[in-house]
Amino acid sequence: MTISIGKNGKRTMNVEKTEKIRMKLRHSSVGIAGAGGLGSNAAVALARAGLGRLVIVDFDSVEESNLNRQYFFRDQIGKVKVEALKENIRRINPWMKIDIFNQKLIKGEMDRPFHDVDVIIEALDDAETKTTFIEEILLKLPDKPIVGASGVAGYGHCDRIKTKQIGKLYMCYDEEAKDSDEDVLMAPRVCLIANWEANLALEIILGEDK
Amino acid sequence: MSLEVNGRTVDWVENETVKQLLKRVKYTFPLVVVKINDKVVPRKDFSESIVPDNSKIAVIHMIGGG
Repeated sequence: MTISIGKNGKRTMNVEKTEKIRMKLRHSSVGIAGAGGLGSNAAVALARAGLGRLVIVDFDSVEESNLNRQYFFRDQIGKVKVEALKENIRRINPWMKIDIFNQKLIKGEMDRPFHDVDVIIEALDDAETKTTFIEEILLKLPDKPIVGASGVAGYGHCDRIKTKQIGKLYMCYDEEAKDSDEDVLMAPRVCLIANWEANLALEIILGEDK
Repeated sequence: MSLEVNGRTVDWVENETVKQLLKRVKYTFPLVVVKINDKVVPRKDFSESIVPDNSKIAVIHMIGGG
């Protein structure tokens, strides 16, 4: 059994396309660095889409302040994030293979958990770690597609978000946004960009939707 | 004798480092990812790495939050 795609409870309009996507995704994998606002929501979107395998890396535990945007529940406060997220994904898609790493990404070996995935999603929080991670992946795994996000804080301004592609790096980017140190983080925009990242990962795996 | 920086044409300056170029084009953000002709330049090399003529340069400003 696998999760059904694009059927919406009805007979699907395009059986051939649905089947092709289902087969391709079932054999595809995405690695997510960070299980916070970006990572937890991107992971759930990919689980619902029917992806075959996820690798999720995070060192943190669920806190009450995370619940305004991250895919966790009140009764999970105090739990290790990657374990709580795996539990939540299991309730949606029990067939997906989920490899979790409850660890900090350490400079010099940040690429290690992600060698065998098809696409990497950068879902980290502070700008310094984001920069170090993207730099290291581009240097060590130059052929691996990586999706990153920059400028998620605040609310509104949907139309300022753009995809900027430079080679294998795909950035979900709002260059006018403020850093989260000086702004608020709110579910609508954080989830929008998390889903933007997940949507880009699908596009990279499946090819352009024509 | 020119460079393309984020789609904008900029004069090429001989022996200019990545650090000097970023300052000249006023990209003064503290955290950026720089790719020159699709090859990443690590931050630690910004003050030594020389920008070649006719390069295509992408500068991505990393903003915190997630």
